[in-house]
Amino acid sequence: MSDRELKAVASMESPPAELPTEDLTSTLSSVGILVTQFLEWFGDLGIFFWQVVKAAVTPPFEFRELFRQLDEIGSKSLPLVALAGAATGVVLSLEARYSLTRFGAKSLLPSAIVFSVIHETGPIITGLVVSGRVGAGIGAELASMKVTEQIDAIEASAVNPLRLLAATRILACILMLPLLTLAADACGVVMGWVTQALSEPLSLHQFINSGFKGADFHDFVPPTFKTAFFGLIIGLVACYQGMRTEGGAAGVGRAATSSVVLSSLFVILADVVLVKLILIFWP
Amino acid sequence: MNASGQIAERPEAEKDSNAPAVAVEDLHKSFGSQKVLDGITLKVSRGETLAVLGRSGTGKSVLLRIIIGLQKPDSGSVRIQGQDIGGLNVDQLSEIRKKMGFLFQHAALYDSLTVGENVAFPLQHHKSEMSKSEQYDRVRKLMTEVGMEKDLDKMPADISGGMQKRVGLARALILEPDILLLDEPTAGLDPISSGEIDDLVLKLQEEHHMASIVVTHDMYSAKTISNRLALLNKGKVVIEGTFEELQKSDIEFVREFLKHS
Repeated sequence: MSDRELKAVASMESPPAELPTEDLTSTLSSVGILVTQFLEWFGDLGIFFWQVVKAAVTPPFEFRELFRQLDEIGSKSLPLVALAGAATGVVLSLEARYSLTRFGAKSLLPSAIVFSVIHETGPIITGLVVSGRVGAGIGAELASMKVTEQIDAIEASAVNPLRLLAATRILACILMLPLLTLAADACGVVMGWVTQALSEPLSLHQFINSGFKGADFHDFVPPTFKTAFFGLIIGLVACYQGMRTEGGAAGVGRAATSSVVLSSLFVILADVVLVKLILIFWP
Repeated sequence: MNASGQIAERPEAEKDSNAPAVAVEDLHKSFGSQKVLDGITLKVSRGETLAVLGRSGTGKSVLLRIIIGLQKPDSGSVRIQGQDIGGLNVDQLSEIRKKMGFLFQHAALYDSLTVGENVAFPLQHHKSEMSKSEQYDRVRKLMTEVGMEKDLDKMPADISGGMQKRVGLARALILEPDILLLDEPTAGLDPISSGEIDDLVLKLQEEHHMASIVVTHDMYSAKTISNRLALLNKGKVVIEGTFEELQKSDIEFVREFLKHS
């Protein structure tokens, strides 16, 4: 045996007795640091939100920038959201047809598609698509402005950047998400019908009548308007990540990535809570 | 009394009209263990230009950022026209900032706006009583003063560094400020462009009679555009005076700095 092999065997035969305890301590310490960092981040986000709210409710109001953002976030996200909604409708129709036929409940197909789309898939797909497109856009734009001192220049010009940049973007996200959700819902339902009609002739009128049978106000309004909360999350997280960026081009990249990852994650978590609340208040 | 019958609080600046335009007293600022400013005291009066010189990393830009309220000092005070800016809220600080113009080291133009829109930005936010045509006239007049009247519709990315500095200067002057802060106005420019910027700053100062603080490495530029110079080293003011007074100084650092300028 060579010296190296002997040392390897020796180390296998006599492992350090205290290693597991050290490992555990080190793991717990790492977890503790992560938890502390998360709580700090969350606390800073809360302070940032409060500052934005204060800036947003006091004049002067930045209506021109708000309309620009409504266009940027709403109109320009519409094709992507519509496409995602349509694709979801097709997939739902194909999957539901297969499952319901197996269980002899094919007549429920229109209702299954419509309820799935308006209750859950439409809102969550819209939230995730917008958090990808808009979250990355806002995060990268504001981060780039931060590292090139453009945000400082706004502040030096006696304009509150929280009012001009953050409040307008967050409000635009809040206002636009429900409208985009309606578009995703409509595209999902129509494409669900198209997919269904290709297999078995059925008019859109029949499909809609059958699909919305038994549906009422509570099936439609709360799931659609819960996306306003998704908008708040996307706008807030992206603005916060963008405006606190440091470190040049690498920082801009990090801000864009973290905006998408964190806003998508929080949209999914918020959805869990909101679905439960909707079921409690509108059973 | 104001319109609602309440007694309006008068700004301190109105109470003390003889106060210096900018007064910095015993300013301290550290980043972690690195002490950047260590007891800086400076005063600048209306119509006067102070050049702040020093090696890289001696806190010259930090000093300007503290004066305009973009950073907070660890201790010490900054008084603008007699009013202490420490403890002011965002809106109160904005009122003070309207009296100040700031030229950033890299101009910091808004890259999504045209050159003309960049210069008009402060007007659109603070002079809403002006009509669009009045705003346009003022922007055009100032852009003519800085020699860029033909470039109003260009994007910042399409003009040179020297031209960006000119636009930044026009934006800093558009609200006709009482105080002008210039962070490295000639850094990164060729000697001819530097000279043009110096001439422009001199001309604008003569026309507008502002109090100016110029942070620079460029001794020639400092000598040309300032009445007084302050030399910083290790966060402290080593010497303050005219260029001739600096030349006569026996302080080793001053002699070394002048030798290499």
